[in-house]
Amino acid sequence: MSDHHDHAHDHPHEAGHRHPPQADHDDTLTYYRKLEMAVRELLIAKGVFSADDVRKTVEDIESRSPEGGARVVARAWADPEFKRQLMSDATAACAGMGFEMALYDVKLAVVENTPEVHNMVVCTLCSCYPRMLLGLPPAWYKSLAYRSRAVREPRAVLREFGLELPDRVSVRVHDSTADLRYLVLPMRPPRTEGYSEAQLQALVTRDSMIGTALARTPD
Amino acid sequence: MTVAQAAAKPAYAAGERVRVRQVDSPGHIRTPHYIRGKSGVIERFVGYFRNPEELAYGRSGQPLRALYRVRFEQSHVWPDYGGAAGDTVDIDIYEHWLQGCQEP
Amino acid sequence: MRAYHDLGGTPEGPVPKEEHELQLWEKRIEALLILLTRKHILRIDENRRGLESLGEEVYRKLSYAERRILAVSNNLILKGVISVDELAAKIAEIEQRPEALP
Repeated sequence: MSDHHDHAHDHPHEAGHRHPPQADHDDTLTYYRKLEMAVRELLIAKGVFSADDVRKTVEDIESRSPEGGARVVARAWADPEFKRQLMSDATAACAGMGFEMALYDVKLAVVENTPEVHNMVVCTLCSCYPRMLLGLPPAWYKSLAYRSRAVREPRAVLREFGLELPDRVSVRVHDSTADLRYLVLPMRPPRTEGYSEAQLQALVTRDSMIGTALARTPD
Repeated sequence: MTVAQAAAKPAYAAGERVRVRQVDSPGHIRTPHYIRGKSGVIERFVGYFRNPEELAYGRSGQPLRALYRVRFEQSHVWPDYGGAAGDTVDIDIYEHWLQGCQEP
Repeated sequence: MRAYHDLGGTPEGPVPKEEHELQLWEKRIEALLILLTRKHILRIDENRRGLESLGEEVYRKLSYAERRILAVSNNLILKGVISVDELAAKIAEIEQRPEALP
């Protein structure tokens, strides 16, 4: 996290305001932290939302994690009828499990890995991500490098993640340019016959649902 | 669907070959630069959505635009693509950025 | 001409893998965006356009959260939800608070 007061960038207000001398540790309020504070307090004072709204929204953000997506994947592995619904209308199927994509004004598409096709998701234009199911995106997903190279050289990027795929497996990259958010349904690992949904859920990693990893295999 | 929709049916069908318009447009565009002028195949019609190019400027984005998932062969997108022959990239593209196309 | 945010296929280095747990102020920026869009004050598309208007140098130099709060602030001023004067006054007031001083 950068911690600078470089006036080469645009401020929404005029030059001439003073910044305190910059201290040399992370606790200093950088310009952007002050900006966040100022905007939030002004909007609360204007009644746009309340401090409680902010607190509750932060809590909701914190409550979302890859566990959500893992539950969906595990259920799809365990229940063929649910999987059929998921592949037909992922938004509706996930709504049935309590994930309201409409709250983020988006729809969900699930793309299934097979022995012939490996799916990988990116947003080259910004950082669209299925937050409803996975929580906040990892820093690498938002990085300029991932956004530029995932479409250009997906196999090289996968190698950086430790995943090498043979040529007979086609790599299918999804660039999330519109109102759809993509979730990869990884292949069910071998030697998991008879596993409960909870046991299956434990094998589903965040990266396997983005497409930079496979699901974990049982030891 | 809302009252403000465009054509009653999408212009393109799954399996149809299309080409992305080779246009350099200012404003807020959700058709990535790397796919302009490339041809691909409609993987599916996704639905009708408000136009983000208009929404970005506070306008209504109506009438709705048809959105498609279009599949492109990576070897056709990048001159020196280093992956496998079957590798593809799927992109969600609005109808007004597409035109019919005969040859790949 | 390729817009600077339109990054597919541009030359970049290795993908940086370090995980970055968001600090509270960064989560509040995410919350701010959610609340503003839910209350129909800003659309996500307007926020994206705001990011695309920061200029390439700023876009590449600032962190993800920094870009977002800057773009949101610009948008709120553009829409007349807050004014430049109010924002400047509020920031000046914040700078006088004990936690802002070294």
